[in-house]
Amino acid sequence: MSDCPVLDIKGLTVTLGTRRGPARAVAGVDWSVRAGQTLALVGESGSGKSMSVLAATGLAPRSARVTGRVHLLGTELTGLPEDRRRRMRGRHVGFVFQDPTTSLNPVLTVGRQVSEAAEEHLGMTRRAARARAVELLDLVGIPSAARRIDSYPHQFSGGMRQRVVIAMALACEPDLLIADEPTTALDVTTQAQIVELVADLQRRLGTAVVWITHDLGVVAGTADEVAVMYGGRIVEQGPVDAVFAHPSHPYTSALLAARPDPAAGGADLITIRGAPPSPLDLPAGCAFWPRCPVRADARCEHEVPPLVPVSAGHHVRTFYRHQRPTGEDG
Amino acid sequence: MTTQTVPADVVAELDDLTVRFPTPAGLVRAVDGVSLRVRRGETLGLVGESGSGKSTTGLALLRLVDPTSGRVRVTGQDVTQWSRRRLRGLRRRVAMVFQDPHASLDPRRTVAASIAEPLVVHRLTGAGAARRRRVEELLDMVGLRHDLADRHPHELSGGQRQRVGIARALAGEPDLIVLDEPIASLDLSVQAQIMNLLRGLQRELGLTYLFIAHDLAAVEHMSDRVAVMYLGRIVETGTPAQIWQTPAHPYTAALLSAIPVPDPQVERHRRRIILTGDIPSPVDPPAGCRFRTRCPQARPDCARTDPTLVEVGPGHRAACLYAGDAVREMLADASR
Repeated sequence: MSDCPVLDIKGLTVTLGTRRGPARAVAGVDWSVRAGQTLALVGESGSGKSMSVLAATGLAPRSARVTGRVHLLGTELTGLPEDRRRRMRGRHVGFVFQDPTTSLNPVLTVGRQVSEAAEEHLGMTRRAARARAVELLDLVGIPSAARRIDSYPHQFSGGMRQRVVIAMALACEPDLLIADEPTTALDVTTQAQIVELVADLQRRLGTAVVWITHDLGVVAGTADEVAVMYGGRIVEQGPVDAVFAHPSHPYTSALLAARPDPAAGGADLITIRGAPPSPLDLPAGCAFWPRCPVRADARCEHEVPPLVPVSAGHHVRTFYRHQRPTGEDG
Repeated sequence: MTTQTVPADVVAELDDLTVRFPTPAGLVRAVDGVSLRVRRGETLGLVGESGSGKSTTGLALLRLVDPTSGRVRVTGQDVTQWSRRRLRGLRRRVAMVFQDPHASLDPRRTVAASIAEPLVVHRLTGAGAARRRRVEELLDMVGLRHDLADRHPHELSGGQRQRVGIARALAGEPDLIVLDEPIASLDLSVQAQIMNLLRGLQRELGLTYLFIAHDLAAVEHMSDRVAVMYLGRIVETGTPAQIWQTPAHPYTAALLSAIPVPDPQVERHRRRIILTGDIPSPVDPPAGCRFRTRCPQARPDCARTDPTLVEVGPGHRAACLYAGDAVREMLADASR
């Protein structure tokens, strides 16, 4: 199993049924993540980054039509009956979402919530699961875990609550941790603690991590591989060093340039005009063309550009990459 | 309290402001002795994490919260005790832009009606065509098409809504605009647009801003001077370059160290100052220095002495008994 990806996604497409008609939230996405590795999915709102992961793990809303192939530890998930899929997910995948308050039940003690997962998915006795909960709360850095296990979520700060959610996610000893904007609602000093915590757990437990974020700084600090999404598609994908050193899609370059850089002095920021599109009204062709500063090819407005290789493992979705001199800014 | 002569270019001033709120858990000391001055044409950046009191400080400048003690002065006038009726005039002079334009715009009103509200309240234009012309002028200023005037907020994108919020703030030609997390809920590509817009408007119209944010990189980019807040106090103030390059307060250094840099090479070799624990409750702040419970460099006298802001460089002040030294040692420890 060592060399088989923990999660492998091919041709994943998600169409949501909405009151205003079908919305294609994800359109043909391929990626995979291996044990001990972190894949970062980056994008702005409506890019499909969260939806692709929810759909892959069977958590898409009921109205969604999901096609494509998803393998979790070598088992094809898409064909499985719902109860088996749920068991696979419960046993192998842990989730950490943006807002810890929505993941926690306010009327149950944190210990109960962590031990419940261990009981349900690992078949532990109540007593063993409670001992495990103390271990896990200790592992995620809750001070005096044995004492605080009987506290309720509201007695914890935001950062501590997110640690509890991480402990819950780890309770089933998951092979895969899905972290969906886990630090977005937290202060930056708390974010640093959580990023450090997840990296440390990953080193110790060999968990594969899919980290969904809009923050390129967090990506740089956590990811091995990165996939940049826009309008439901991956527009650039590759090893984190290659993508940051040679951003090859105009959108990736623009995102990197849009952050104020204290070293760059007070010049105006380079911006992308307009706003990210909603899945309900995606432009034809390349979804980025109405905002694209390059728009080098007449086909951009009609045809979806292919993902083409830039270097080993580094791909970009574009028509013109090869006509550009290297190093030119998109 | 000493009476000082306030330089004419000071638009707004807080003098030893405290704001306390009664809550079931006790009296929250949201702002606890903050003094600051905003000069005409500048941007003062106010940065801090949740619970630092930065937003309450901004609200106090509009008298949207009542000071418990201290003074609020706007264009030389002490407005601390102003009645509700007089405050209406104050709110023409100090305008505010909020984080979530969705929540701050009335969903039932058109864009034009929202922007015109200050014009109506302060009787700044006639009704009808004159008002419409002024609204269109304001739409131009914030880069919105005239045909958006008759839309409702839900028909706009987040960036467009924030532009409407800015247009409304500009309508009364205020002396000061308090920007409270104006980019925090926007997508990254839209954040850059709004920052450029705000800076462009400032250059064109000579506006004065109090820019409140938790995002230190954005504050650095936007501001002429920066004040860092922690648990109801200003702990450091200086130019963006001073704060960024030679932080003197351990909290500022930790905050800077926590910000991830979009460069994997840098991130891989970076040694962070990771603070332990959380910000203490503002109901019961630590005695002495408020940061000492999380400060990697705390020493015994930090629990006894409440440090005041002292000069550590020209125009650069920090409230730390060991300002400068503590940071040097923290950085040395982190790279060990």
